[in-house]
Amino acid sequence: MKNAETEVVTFNNVGLRYGADREVLSDVSFTLYPGSFYFLTGASGAGKTSLLKLLYLAQRPSRGMISMFGTDVITLPRTRLPAFRRRLGVVFQDFRLVPHLSAFDNVALPLRVSGVREADLHKPVTDMLDWVGLSHRSDAQPATLSGGEQQRVAIARAVIARPDMLVADEPTGNVDPDMALKLLRLFEALNRLGTTVVVATHDVHLLRKVPESLIMRLDKGRLSDPTGALRYPPRREIMPRDDDGQADDFGFAL
Amino acid sequence: MPWVIAIMVALTVIAAAGGLAMHNLAVTAQSELSGGATVQIVEASPTERNRQAQAAEILLAQHPAVASLRRVPDAELEQLLEPWLGTGSGPGLSTVSGAASDTDAIPVPALIDVRLRSAVTPGDLDSMRRLVAEQAPAARIDAQSSWLRPVFSAISSLQWLAFALVMLLGLTSGAAVWLASRSALGANRDTIEVVHLLGGTDSQIARIFQRSIALDATLGGTVGLLMGLAAVLLLGRQFAGLDSGMVAGGGLTGFDWLVLAAIPMVGIVIAVLTARLTVMLALRRML
Ligand SMILES: Nc1ncnc2c1ncn2[C@@H]1O[C@H](COP(=O)(O)OP(=O)(O)O)[C@@H](O)[C@H]1O
Ligand SMILES: [Mg+2]
Repeated sequence: MKNAETEVVTFNNVGLRYGADREVLSDVSFTLYPGSFYFLTGASGAGKTSLLKLLYLAQRPSRGMISMFGTDVITLPRTRLPAFRRRLGVVFQDFRLVPHLSAFDNVALPLRVSGVREADLHKPVTDMLDWVGLSHRSDAQPATLSGGEQQRVAIARAVIARPDMLVADEPTGNVDPDMALKLLRLFEALNRLGTTVVVATHDVHLLRKVPESLIMRLDKGRLSDPTGALRYPPRREIMPRDDDGQADDFGFAL
Repeated sequence: MPWVIAIMVALTVIAAAGGLAMHNLAVTAQSELSGGATVQIVEASPTERNRQAQAAEILLAQHPAVASLRRVPDAELEQLLEPWLGTGSGPGLSTVSGAASDTDAIPVPALIDVRLRSAVTPGDLDSMRRLVAEQAPAARIDAQSSWLRPVFSAISSLQWLAFALVMLLGLTSGAAVWLASRSALGANRDTIEVVHLLGGTDSQIARIFQRSIALDATLGGTVGLLMGLAAVLLLGRQFAGLDSGMVAGGGLTGFDWLVLAAIPMVGIVIAVLTARLTVMLALRRML
């Protein structure tokens, strides 16, 4: 447990294949540090979602080693995994809201799973719905919400329990640019509170919005390191920046 | 799903009630009949038959093994035999046409029902036969249980049949619940996966299903119990309508009613355990 404070996640030579197909991730090695903000980028089909699935413990790698909060999670008995999952917040690419629960109950789900009392639920959940601009849709079922509204409910659910690590898969794919920016600010606010944030996106414009972010890039299942995100300490200074201090050129095309 | 459970519970209640009634009937009849003997006076002449019957009554009353005895009144016999012999053929009437002749009547025996102090032994029967041989030569004495043996074995087969039915229905209910919770699991697969990924433990997720299945099973079990009890009461009245001395004692005791009321509870427990097992097995396949 000695490195629990210095490393959130470490991948070591991780490979993943679905069934007998070729590997969709190969030789993936990196370390994520507490309080950092990472973008995971790459073309569609590059393996972003697959890598995030390994991160949020929905999938076992075919080979390699993964440790989380200082514990090897590959050899861990599955009864101990829920405790790790509760320290994560996940925004799924397809939202995965529970269809027969209201927006309120969907957002409250992680708190209920962790055993928070009903009396202590109401305020944080309504505050969170307020934050994503959905307090008026609190009682709505997911099916009656627009794609963007569903995405905001999914994000509210992912951050409500103040996770140690937030993993978001294309979280701004269904919202207009203003809302995208607002959601990024929410992630940043959470990040400033100490949460490690990993956002997968194929939207290059998004990367510029978070100047202090580190970038990991997947290309056909292999990881490259345009901002030095995978080295420690991160070498942000190698990033060329334009006049408003934001990254301009990442040295690769999307 | 609640309807499947309702039907299963109703059928189980009916089968169990049948089995319990058969059991009670067997026990009562057994104890009643094993301590009983029947004296038949088979004699064509009514006056002679009457004389021998009275003599046998007086003699047997003094036998040490006899607790009580009762001449079955001719009117009662007549009623008993009516379905087979038609009206007007009883020992009370001489002939169908009302002719005066003594021997014209269909010879219906006189019957004496003897209760013994304990179960009938062949020795008792022999000594009773010797006692009446002289005064009532037409008397034939038999233990009641001997001629009822086929009835007993029929009752005991029915008991086993009812037991087997209850077992089969229990298995079928289990299978029905299993399939129902599997399909519920399939329909809610996404929900389960989400709660799983949010850090829900297997037990937490199983409890969600147990609750909803328990609700279904309680609803179905109550409706099924009411349907089953209604059917049992109706059937009971039909049998009571038969009012034959043999079927008396086939009723249900207070304990039996409790057993029937417990059937839906057992059903709920089976449903909840099956649901839990199904969900746990499905979750085991997720990381
Ligand atoms: N469950 C799966 N079974 C088989 N192949 C899959 C599965 N999920 C993803 N893939 C394949 O893995 C590759 C990477 O997919 P994915 O991780 O979704 O990429 P991205 O999120 O970057 O678009 C793709 O070729 C995709 O077809
Ligand atoms: Mg994807």
